[in-house]
Amino acid sequence: MATRDQQAKKTLAKIEALAKGVVQDVKKRKSPRLTVPLRTLSNVHFNAKRKIIELGKDRQDRAFFNVAQAKKFMQTFLVASACKELLEVGKTTSIRDLYYMTKHTLGDTKQNTFEEQDESDPIIEDLEVTVDALREELHLFANRKGLMVGPMTIIDSGDTIDLRRQGSGGWGVPSIVEPSVISFGKHEAKYVLLVEKEAVWSRFNEDKYWKKEQCMLIHGGGQPPRGVRRLVQRMHAELKLPVYVLVDNDPWGFYIYSVVKQGSINLAYESMRMAVPGARFVGISSFDPERYKLPEETAIRMDEGDHKRIKQMLEYPWFENKKWRRELEAMAKNGKKYEIEALSRRGISFITEEYLPKKLRDKDYLE
Amino acid sequence: MAKKKADAGPKAGRKSSAGTQLDLLPPAAPAKGARKSPPAGPAATKAPAARAAKAPPAKAPTAKAPAKAKAVRSHRELEELRDEPPAPPELAPPKLRRKATAEQMAQRQREISVSEFFSKNRHLLGFDSPTKALLTTVKEAVDNSLDACEESGILPEIVVEIRGEGDRWIVSVEDNGPGIVKAQVPKIFGKLLYGSKFHRLKQSRGQQGIGISAAAMYGQITTGKPVQVWTKTGKGRPAHKLEIQLDTRRNVPVVLSDEELDLAKDHGTRVEIEMQADYSRGQRYLLRYVEQTVLANPHLAMTFKRPNAEPLHFPRAANEPPKEALEIKPHPYGVEVGTLMLMAKESKSRDVRSFLQNEFSRVSGGVADEILAAAGLKKSLRTAQLADDRDLAEKLRKGILDTRIMAPSTNCLSPIGDELIRQGLISFLSVVEDEAEEPELDLFEGKAGSRRGKRKAPEKTSEEKLAELEKAAADTVPPEPGEEIIKGKKFFIVSSTRPPKVYRGNPFQVEVGLAYGGDWPQDRTIELYRFANRVPLLFQRGACGITDAVTKTDWKKYELQQPRGGLPVGPMSLLVHIASVWVPFTSESKEAIAHYPELLAEIRLALQDCGRKLAAFIRKRKAAAYELKRRSIFELYIEEVSRSLHELTGADRAKVKDDLLELAREVTGGEETDEILDRVAEKQQRKRRRSDEEMEMEEER
Repeated sequence: MATRDQQAKKTLAKIEALAKGVVQDVKKRKSPRLTVPLRTLSNVHFNAKRKIIELGKDRQDRAFFNVAQAKKFMQTFLVASACKELLEVGKTTSIRDLYYMTKHTLGDTKQNTFEEQDESDPIIEDLEVTVDALREELHLFANRKGLMVGPMTIIDSGDTIDLRRQGSGGWGVPSIVEPSVISFGKHEAKYVLLVEKEAVWSRFNEDKYWKKEQCMLIHGGGQPPRGVRRLVQRMHAELKLPVYVLVDNDPWGFYIYSVVKQGSINLAYESMRMAVPGARFVGISSFDPERYKLPEETAIRMDEGDHKRIKQMLEYPWFENKKWRRELEAMAKNGKKYEIEALSRRGISFITEEYLPKKLRDKDYLE
Repeated sequence: MAKKKADAGPKAGRKSSAGTQLDLLPPAAPAKGARKSPPAGPAATKAPAARAAKAPPAKAPTAKAPAKAKAVRSHRELEELRDEPPAPPELAPPKLRRKATAEQMAQRQREISVSEFFSKNRHLLGFDSPTKALLTTVKEAVDNSLDACEESGILPEIVVEIRGEGDRWIVSVEDNGPGIVKAQVPKIFGKLLYGSKFHRLKQSRGQQGIGISAAAMYGQITTGKPVQVWTKTGKGRPAHKLEIQLDTRRNVPVVLSDEELDLAKDHGTRVEIEMQADYSRGQRYLLRYVEQTVLANPHLAMTFKRPNAEPLHFPRAANEPPKEALEIKPHPYGVEVGTLMLMAKESKSRDVRSFLQNEFSRVSGGVADEILAAAGLKKSLRTAQLADDRDLAEKLRKGILDTRIMAPSTNCLSPIGDELIRQGLISFLSVVEDEAEEPELDLFEGKAGSRRGKRKAPEKTSEEKLAELEKAAADTVPPEPGEEIIKGKKFFIVSSTRPPKVYRGNPFQVEVGLAYGGDWPQDRTIELYRFANRVPLLFQRGACGITDAVTKTDWKKYELQQPRGGLPVGPMSLLVHIASVWVPFTSESKEAIAHYPELLAEIRLALQDCGRKLAAFIRKRKAAAYELKRRSIFELYIEEVSRSLHELTGADRAKVKDDLLELAREVTGGEETDEILDRVAEKQQRKRRRSDEEMEMEEER
């Protein structure tokens, strides 16, 4: 495993090579351009063999002498230059921080290099795919979210942390969880349980579910950030732990499962590192409310946006799975959605004492 | 003022001696008019008085509104038939023809007083409001001057002056025309319906011979003051000053004073009329009339002296008088049955065959034979028979339409001409653009004020500099072909003259001129100037066929914006001129052109021709501005990119920057854009030097 320093040098070389190419072009009086892999639906495909979403080969020319692309071209090198600085001093920073580092007024105009963070985030992602370096390798991270507890000891930046002793708060999952930062120690875990949100995670932690069940309990605050996904993937790949996903019964919840399992469109180039093709969906299933006798009033009526999202998802090539389609079609047919918390109607610890143990026992999950 | 009026033909004399001056209506028209309006009192129906009161020319719109073609036709009939007071029997309703009734009525018929007629009908003559009175007076006088100068081959020089205050104003119009023979002066200015143009088929401005004497009478009625006329007919001849009053009851002029005096100029006429009027509200129309008259008459030098404002001088844009419009005989296709019969009655030809040859254009002996054969009439048919027999006339008319007759000669037309339209627009803009400096004039409905909303920003951003640069660049580029620099602003000017065409036997010709640019606002409806025989049409824009043709042209094709069914929007003025011996107005008020498809098609063709040239110009200019903008964007980012590349690779920042700048230059129009920028820089430097010098002078003081 490469040390942080070695990794940084490698990344630096990639960025500098990109810049040198442009300098060479300019010297030769050639109009400078970058080719950036396209991160759009049209340029991702589902690799049925690997069961992950992969980035296609479509690339977009980003020419400096094109009025529509000049600004993005300039921004790309601005970000690259800032990353170089980070790599050289060996520090990491948030993408918000980077936005401020690179934002300044252009000449004597009222224009800025970046007007919003929304403008700089995609440029970072472009740079990642262009130089084939991950965000972490560029020493950048997003605002972190996500907590983990469980029967495991880890080493985080040289500190040994016992995840069995994290009280009610849990250990905050950092953005960068690469082996150079985090390594796994001794553990007794049998599987990983990823829940959608913090409230549910807290219920499981308070009930010491992970102790009873010997599992790693982790949440990602909605759509899980890269750190959480990467950590789950590493536990799955390196420690051979099965992964179970518990999300709300709505299209957005189900898509979280899909992303964890097969990757996303925007980060298709990261699927190899982040997707967990073996991840299992334990709930809430569209058929659970009936099976677990959830009263009518715990349902939320689906709105137009929900229906539209289901339609859209059914059209993705990676939603071919018949069982998945059944889930979504049933959801659309009922016109109702259920939050995980709806199960509390059956008792405050119904979910940790009856619902989930039964599901796992019966192998009542989707793959 | 009007030589033409002076030599009014024998016909006029004949008519006035008959004592029926008020009978200004063609017989056909009054018959209809009279029938439609309920008889007012015992002396109604057929009495000349009633006719005069009910159907003077301007009345036509209401009386004849349903049939535009007829309304227009009557205008011509007026010219041709006015001399013959009795109603043509075939057109008058049968009951009016009962002799007994007519005789009984004759007992009660008496001449109506002109003033009575006038005060009842001043709106028909353009004196319906104190606002409009000034405009009408100036218009009548100027039209007369221009017609007279044109006819005598003089380059006109006209001075219009308005002086006075409150509601009392004096209109003075002075020309360098041929002057008026002293004996004719009283009749021209002191007698209604006395003129020379009424009797001819010719492209001219004035027509009825009612205008200037009506203006004089309006002045007399409202102020009691006589009209004053100075005139001189040639070098070495004495000049005369006359004061003329109208005997309104008898419609005869009364000369109050007559003195001989010296006038510096060789020939010319000045008329002064004092009247009650509203200058403050009327000035806008006056100004428009003056400006637009100059626009359509580039051979005219005009001075407009106004109260409380600098006089406006419009220099002559062309030193050639326009080609004189020739008088032509009517073409058979344009003549209708009633007219045909009246012409037959008037004709000296004994038989119809020679009548056709003598009275019409393009009718040879052979053509006349063909017509008669087609009509199934004998060659020996006598003209007198035709004059009395409506059936015969109908047959002849049908025969005419069934015969192929050559189109009339078009040399009777006097278009302004491509080059002169251009010159006219340039000289017009030179003066008008100056005017815009005085926002209180409100010449173009608020344009003047808002156009110059200069504001000094404390600090200029690059965007503002770019905008300035673009503008400055546009200013410094040498004029494109077709572009003119007027008062430091650039206008693209283009014009198009269509070949003459014929409709219903009437030759006409359409011309279009277009000025684009300056610093006229981008988001306003264009200015549309309409002209007929060089006379501006100031009112009824919406009802005019010209407006219709402009709105139905797709200006979006020509790089202008255009709301659905509206006039285009953009920094443009458009001039449309129709020259014809017989302009088809929608009504006798002569303010709008009728919607004849042939006419509209010609206007559209001329507009499209100008539009194509305009579009080519705009596209070229846009391309230049685009390159400028691109370069400035690239230059802005090059700063950033070269710094980043330096930081990333250690490459020499200045070198990278220079290389990038060089590339930017190449991809943004290269030398052409360079030149623009050089010129801008030079201009700015000049400006700086000038302000430095001014500063120094300040300090020295």
